[in-house]
Amino acid sequence: MTFAQALLEALESLNGNKMRSGLTVLGIVIGVAAVIAMLAVGNGAQASITGSISSIGTNLLFVFRGSPEGQGGPGGSGRSGNNIKPLTLSDANAIADPFAAPSVEKVAATLESNALLTFAGENTTASISGVSPEYFEVRNIQLAEGEFINAEHLLGRMSVVVLGPEAAITLFGHADGVVGETIRIEGQPFRVIGVLVARGGGAFGSEDNSSYIPFTTAQSRLIRRGARDQVDVIYVQAISAEAVPQAQEEISNIIRQRHRTPVGLDDFTVFTQADFLSIFESITGVLTIFLGGIAGISLLVGGIGIMNIMLVSVTERTREIGLRKALGARKKDILLQFLTESSLLSLLGGIIGIMFGWLIAYIVGQVAIASGTNFVPIVGSDAIILSTSFSAIIGLFFGIYPASRAANLEPVEALRYE
Amino acid sequence: MADWVVQAKDLVKTYKMGEIEVQALRGVSFNIKRGEVVSIMGPSGSGKSTMMNTLGCLDRPTSGEYILDGESVAEMNDDQLASVRNRKIGFVFQSFNLLSRLTAVGNVELPLRYAGISEGRRAKAQSALEAVGLKERMLHRPYELSGGQQQRVAIARSLVNDPAIIMADEPTGNLDSKVGKEIMSLLLNLNKERGTTLIIVTHDPNIAEQTQRVIRLRDGELDPEYDENGKKIK
Ligand SMILES: Nc1ncnc2c1ncn2[C@@H]1O[C@H](COP(=O)(O)OP(=O)(O)OP(=O)(O)O)[C@@H](O)[C@H]1O
Ligand SMILES: [Mg+2]
Repeated sequence: MTFAQALLEALESLNGNKMRSGLTVLGIVIGVAAVIAMLAVGNGAQASITGSISSIGTNLLFVFRGSPEGQGGPGGSGRSGNNIKPLTLSDANAIADPFAAPSVEKVAATLESNALLTFAGENTTASISGVSPEYFEVRNIQLAEGEFINAEHLLGRMSVVVLGPEAAITLFGHADGVVGETIRIEGQPFRVIGVLVARGGGAFGSEDNSSYIPFTTAQSRLIRRGARDQVDVIYVQAISAEAVPQAQEEISNIIRQRHRTPVGLDDFTVFTQADFLSIFESITGVLTIFLGGIAGISLLVGGIGIMNIMLVSVTERTREIGLRKALGARKKDILLQFLTESSLLSLLGGIIGIMFGWLIAYIVGQVAIASGTNFVPIVGSDAIILSTSFSAIIGLFFGIYPASRAANLEPVEALRYE
Repeated sequence: MADWVVQAKDLVKTYKMGEIEVQALRGVSFNIKRGEVVSIMGPSGSGKSTMMNTLGCLDRPTSGEYILDGESVAEMNDDQLASVRNRKIGFVFQSFNLLSRLTAVGNVELPLRYAGISEGRRAKAQSALEAVGLKERMLHRPYELSGGQQQRVAIARSLVNDPAIIMADEPTGNLDSKVGKEIMSLLLNLNKERGTTLIIVTHDPNIAEQTQRVIRLRDGELDPEYDENGKKIK
């Protein structure tokens, strides 16, 4: 018997029992659809996080206090916890030296804290950063209206603030036309000079609630730190994407020298965007595998359904198998016949499941758009190939046992079967 | 030397049911000539069906020798047996054994499919159906046919591969006597026109009478009260 004939016969036989074939296929459809949809959600989450990490700036590096292993931040205890020197403005200035660090384009040191913002009885706790004018360039931040903090504000330690859109809406009820108003931060009056463009959720949560004041103002009046000229984070922009690793090296060397730390015992950490990316990629990777694994289990259950139905079908058709053998069917003819049926079931389930999973992913995407989340599920070709081949393998694997049972029936016994 | 199509020597078939052994055949020897019409008779449980299954290569004897149309069958493996069944033997069963999913012509085509014949398959099946007088019912399914018609389809299926032997195990057992007679005369006709050897298992003395020779079994052996032509030894 040729394969085409086997295929035709399998189709006839499945068609002869539509209800049963349909329900069996449904098991695989659900499994494959779940795998496709879950992988799409996982991939979508990864893409949106990757996108938002890229949107926080270009060629960005972050310098924190404390070693990555030692967790030696303020209040932290680590291997080198006793002599962790704080990052200072002079560290930032040293990094900004174009001769010591030729790969560095711009440097922005910040003080970061939370503060109580009030206006006409409305109040909100929001993140406040003391920043220099470079910060807005380094972080790629856009104004909706007004102006950024400039050198003059910095020199004069002026009480001005650039509001995040969310903070503006909380205080004023709207984000436009608030420039010129005066709000209070921790009770001190600040004049609003600008409002930022909304960016939505990012890798570090929403930054739309963050507001910015001149570094010098923060240093002298709002965010006091133990050491003189201490800063919390130094943001560094490298001259190009290719120069990021080089910049990381230069920055590390400069601070190591200034802090007099032996190699391997750094009391600071230089993170790149790529570092963040790989951290989040590994997190979403685990998430994707986890989701896909759960969906895979339902595919497995669908496969067991196929095996169940095929076993029933073999038992029901024992006489038919006996007859076919009497007429000259060899073992492999019977094997082929039943394997074709089970593979056809799972293949059909796979195809419908892909379309169904695509639909689910699309609906999830529409729901996300409707609720304002920047998240698009991605149905990758890898997911399609994976689930198709997985379901085909399941069809074969769970079909082999019933099929070989059919093939090994003794013709006489099979013909006598009632 | 005669042209034997069946040479059976000391055929023994033992069924093991746990501890108990049932000897269904206890050393049966006989030969059948090409073109002969032979019936196998005997009381219930005497081993007729067992004999038929062995002769039809559906089962291997426990011991003994069996040469079918020049090929020694006893030592063959399952696939070789399948091929022998396909090429040399046509089966007609008491309960027709047609596949209800297939049309009459589809059923008749089955042996050709397993023979790997695709060219002219339909035409061959059609002419086989014509030979049993069912040309008009070609596209009917088994449940749309009477018992006699179904058995005719089964006979068409048995002869479509031009087998050396057609074996029929109580082919008229499920039919009334009038239809049974028609089926018998159809089988005998095939023998006359094509020279196909016929082996018919039956309980019916009237049918046995129409065959050239009766092989009588009793308790798994040839009945000692009859000679080799089935005539009672006085
Ligand atoms: N698969 C089997 N397992 C065990 N014993 C069997 C099997 N097949 C047949 N037998 C036994 O072998 C003996 C011969 O059985 P067989 O079916 O050949 O009889 P028969 O002559 O065809 O009878 P009937 O006229 O009733 O069809 C019986 O005793 C039967 O019980
Ligand atoms: Mg019997």
